[in-house]
Amino acid sequence: MSRVLVLVGESEELDRQALSLASTLGSVELVSVGPTKIGGADKAWQIESPVLSDYAPEAIAESLAQLIGQELPSAAIASGTERNNEIMAHLAALLDLPLATNVLTVSADSEDWRLTRVRWGGSLIEEATLSAFLKLLTVAPHSQPVWEGSGTPALEIFEPELGDELGRTRVRERVTLDEGITLTTAPVIVSGGRGVGSAEGFAVLEELAGLLGGAVGCSRVVTNNGWRSHRDQVGQTGTRVAPQLYMACGISGAIQHWVGMMAAKKVLAINTDPEAPMVTKADYAVIGDLHEVLPAIIAEIRRRQEN
Amino acid sequence: MKILVCVKRVPAPGARINLAPDSRSIDARHLSFTVSPHEECAVEEAIRLKELQGGSVTILTLGNAEAEEQLRYAISVGADEADLITADEIDIDPQATASALSERITELEGASDPFDLILVGNESADAGGYQVGVRIAHALGRPVISGIKGLKVEDQTIEARREIDGGFEIYRLPLPAIVAVKEGINLPRYPTLPGRLRAKKAEVRKVAYQLKRGGLTMVSLATPVEQQTATRVLGRGAEAAPAVVDLFEELGLL
Repeated sequence: MSRVLVLVGESEELDRQALSLASTLGSVELVSVGPTKIGGADKAWQIESPVLSDYAPEAIAESLAQLIGQELPSAAIASGTERNNEIMAHLAALLDLPLATNVLTVSADSEDWRLTRVRWGGSLIEEATLSAFLKLLTVAPHSQPVWEGSGTPALEIFEPELGDELGRTRVRERVTLDEGITLTTAPVIVSGGRGVGSAEGFAVLEELAGLLGGAVGCSRVVTNNGWRSHRDQVGQTGTRVAPQLYMACGISGAIQHWVGMMAAKKVLAINTDPEAPMVTKADYAVIGDLHEVLPAIIAEIRRRQEN
Repeated sequence: MKILVCVKRVPAPGARINLAPDSRSIDARHLSFTVSPHEECAVEEAIRLKELQGGSVTILTLGNAEAEEQLRYAISVGADEADLITADEIDIDPQATASALSERITELEGASDPFDLILVGNESADAGGYQVGVRIAHALGRPVISGIKGLKVEDQTIEARREIDGGFEIYRLPLPAIVAVKEGINLPRYPTLPGRLRAKKAEVRKVAYQLKRGGLTMVSLATPVEQQTATRVLGRGAEAAPAVVDLFEELGLL
């Protein structure tokens, strides 16, 4: 049976999704920089090196290349996070091999793999062939079931030979911002689009997000107009979110926005246009001007809290 | 400071993308085209660095003849030189793309000094391969960092800032280096009238290469099946508020 190395260590949920796809392709061996708590695989490789004192994409890729050279697996896979896509790109460049990013499905019944992958952030699907003696791919986030494997794999420490120069692209400094609830941790996101009309117009969204313990998001039009920081942008070129509830206020729902929030459990659209794509795709909708609807919602929450 | 920016011509974001009858390309008839969003910011960042430090900005693309439009756009906002590697096909795999771009960069540098800084977009809006910049860096033997939303140049070092959840990371790379940037690093300017006139007259250098095919080959494109949702309308205007708050309670958010 073919052996598949899976790089883990980013987010347990996404790692388990990648493992889900990987486990259909062969016997899974985990690879992590430092210890991992994910279990269930046949084997786990733990990479140890003083050069890897912090995130260092070039050095991690070189470590993987050395491990691959020693073990000769048939594939190396990682979840399609920004960091993993970076590490796998380095690995592909080092080995001069193709890399398929954000893969959805793989059929591995012939020498060349047939796969589908995400294009346009998810608004198109590409069918492609991947032809290489070692297949490299990353798995599109939130496209797979979560792998339920558990139990302790046989652990082996791998100590790569890394020159100090590979530390040139290591993180030098970290700055922590006290942001409170962020887009990726918020249970609710109150998000605004063109319909909000101005930077000041976001005050009412801020107030509602505060009452719900959520975060404020926005569409690309909003950041292009300078109404909010790009840090708040949800969508293909912004942040991908997966809250319990996504409230799209005055957002028409262009596909590039939709792909950034389609992993939300529920979507509530507030829009004056009942035909807007966001309204027709949402689970719930309120037809109306957000500047009337949101203050009424805030008043209703306060009324119930007082009673 | 000598800066080179690699860009890609893509349909303007926001438009609905339909497929051509062959299912191997998109139907471009009703689409307007632009520089891929991350790269539009890369162009802006290069121009800002030039304004701060002096130097020049060269724009390089691999594409069909129409990609000249995006090169002229970059000149209209302040780039100095433009270079087009012409290719008849539009969908070129990441290995072939990186190899053609690296080859052209080496040629351009052969004629003078190396570029101090090469900027690329973190990933193209359409193909989303996340790898061309990294491959160029390996081909040229230079350091590269991806996902960057802040840049500062000091002497022979570039300080790059990467947003992560709850803060940011700082990297310091020796120049010459390659940086893959993301939208949000700046807000790109609009072209000025003198800029447009300059762009119209500017020379776009053109070269053609035999592309070296990589191992990832696109077979076809498809539009994903859209999930049909029966939208529950909770009401109209302010009168919907109690139903919305009921929903918050039902979802356990209050």
